[in-house]
Amino acid sequence: MTAPTLKVENLETHFPTRDGIVRAVDGVSFEVAQGEILGLVGESGSGKSITGFSILGLIDAPGHIAGGKILFKGEDITRASPQRMRQLRGARIAMIFQDPMMTLNPVLRIDTQMIETVQAHEKVSDVAARARAAEALRAVGIAAPEERLLSYPHQLSGGMRQRVAIATALLHKPDLIIADEPTTALDVTIQGQILYEMRKLCRDTGTALIWITHDLSVVAGLADRIMVMYAGRIVETGPVATVIERPQHPYTRGLIGSVPGALPRGKRLFQIPGMTPALINLPPGCRFKNRCSRADALCDTMPELAELSPGHGVRCHHPYDAKPLTPSETAA
Amino acid sequence: MLVFIIRRLMQAALVVAVMSVLVFVGIYLIGDPLAILVSPEATELDREEIARSLGLDRPVWEQYFTFLTAAVQGDFGKSFVFGQPSLGLILERMPATLELALTATIMAVVIGVPLGLYAGLRHETIGARAIMAGSVLGFSLPNFWVGLMLIMLFAVQFGWLPASGRGQTVEVLGIELSVFTANGWKHIILPAITLGLSKCALIIRLARATAREVMLMDYVKFARAKGLDEKRVIGVHILKNIMVPITTVTGLELGALIAFAVITETIFSWPGMGKLLIDSIIHLDRPVVVAYLIVVVLLLVAINLIVDILYSVLDPRVRLGGAK
Repeated sequence: MTAPTLKVENLETHFPTRDGIVRAVDGVSFEVAQGEILGLVGESGSGKSITGFSILGLIDAPGHIAGGKILFKGEDITRASPQRMRQLRGARIAMIFQDPMMTLNPVLRIDTQMIETVQAHEKVSDVAARARAAEALRAVGIAAPEERLLSYPHQLSGGMRQRVAIATALLHKPDLIIADEPTTALDVTIQGQILYEMRKLCRDTGTALIWITHDLSVVAGLADRIMVMYAGRIVETGPVATVIERPQHPYTRGLIGSVPGALPRGKRLFQIPGMTPALINLPPGCRFKNRCSRADALCDTMPELAELSPGHGVRCHHPYDAKPLTPSETAA
Repeated sequence: MLVFIIRRLMQAALVVAVMSVLVFVGIYLIGDPLAILVSPEATELDREEIARSLGLDRPVWEQYFTFLTAAVQGDFGKSFVFGQPSLGLILERMPATLELALTATIMAVVIGVPLGLYAGLRHETIGARAIMAGSVLGFSLPNFWVGLMLIMLFAVQFGWLPASGRGQTVEVLGIELSVFTANGWKHIILPAITLGLSKCALIIRLARATAREVMLMDYVKFARAKGLDEKRVIGVHILKNIMVPITTVTGLELGALIAFAVITETIFSWPGMGKLLIDSIIHLDRPVVVAYLIVVVLLLVAINLIVDILYSVLDPRVRLGGAK
């Protein structure tokens, strides 16, 4: 077994503001092995996207990585020079964004945007780069790639644009792809196709994939492991089947309960009360306690991420027992 | 594209036609050319005789029609003052004005876009703040004052640059131009700075505002995520997006510069159309005023057409076909 593709240790990403420091990512540690798909789940503001951007070194100022290590194939890239990061970005670590309507530059043709990506990392001729681009488009299921290369983004549908973005990410056969909710803006059928293709690509090429989403049902069928984030911290992590079938953290359980389909028709979906806390000047203790039905005095101290079974960690003083959910519990 | 151009040309023809009526009626109303043309000692009979020979005894609509028939053939009548065809007078002076306005505009863009881009991308640095403060100054200082100060400083105090005239010109493609001689450059630089300063300030502010907007776009972040270097992210991805609004504004401002270079031309005795217009208005030289206004309208229409075409080159989402 070689070193994991990515190993994040105690990552802290802070945004200084006038009112105080926003700890968007607060001590997050995880690993992704070669060919593994990690589903990173959380609400808006949980820090999941910031985690992704931290790995790429693309945090908008004044935000910055305040602590921790990001080991990419053993190299700590939080200390890498801007030049070294540029070499890694797009070549070894690629990213796919949420909104395909916004990720392609509207005034540049697809071929320009793909060829420049090839040539940013390798000295190849325009002709060779174009051939690579066409090949990448074909690999993500775009028919007539030569013609599509001559299009402008606005001439393509949303699904098509996201395929172009994915093809662009795949140009250099990266070791790691960070996908930030790439299917949320798409039709369900297109979403299914893209999920299937991404999974296949990772299996075939050994690329590690971090799939960031707020939608548990998407990662349930895609990921090998799930990591649930809440207010900048990991609250539960484990193999996908374990976390979905036997969630231990009340928050994870709430997320699963709010997915349609688990309940009889017409029954009201479960809703987690309250909202994600603001990340400024957080009080000590468990960050979920104000929304949690199981909270007590013990929850005023921050629980550690404890391993309940191999690979299954929970940050909770009162985890549910390791038994499957019954429908009545889901509704509770 | 062709349909678009033809449609625009038809619109332009309409604009020019309406314009010609307005100009003609307006000029007709503001004074009697006989008062200037005929000496005060002339008898009433002489006056009528001259009025008849010039067609001034005819009703307005007939005069307008006569004017129009001649105008479409390029004949706007002879200048009362110079006794030469008025269109010829204007065309003779047009290169000087165009040259000045274009130089001013190019200077404004070449200086304004990089400064504005810098101020937008590094908006918290001292340099960016200094640029913005400077642009406020460039905006608010009156044109004539800037011109006079430049003359005081560079012509009077240091004696580096001449204060008036066009200097040496060379004929390029049958047009007398001064930007191709060193001496001509010396002459054009002060009036061009005077004319272009406020436009440069405008472009700085516009470039900064759009750059700040564009740099937050996902596609800029994606360009970085692809591993492109900053030179390419800024020089291609950001620059091409901010050039769309800048082209529009520059085009409109160029039209305004050509039409209203009057003050600068007067201060620097630049022998352009603007100075001719002022002189003609003072002397009630109708044919020249009318011809000037028509020429300016044609120029503005042409500039707008070019801007629209450039727009579609810069932004592929703009379709020149127009109506569906």
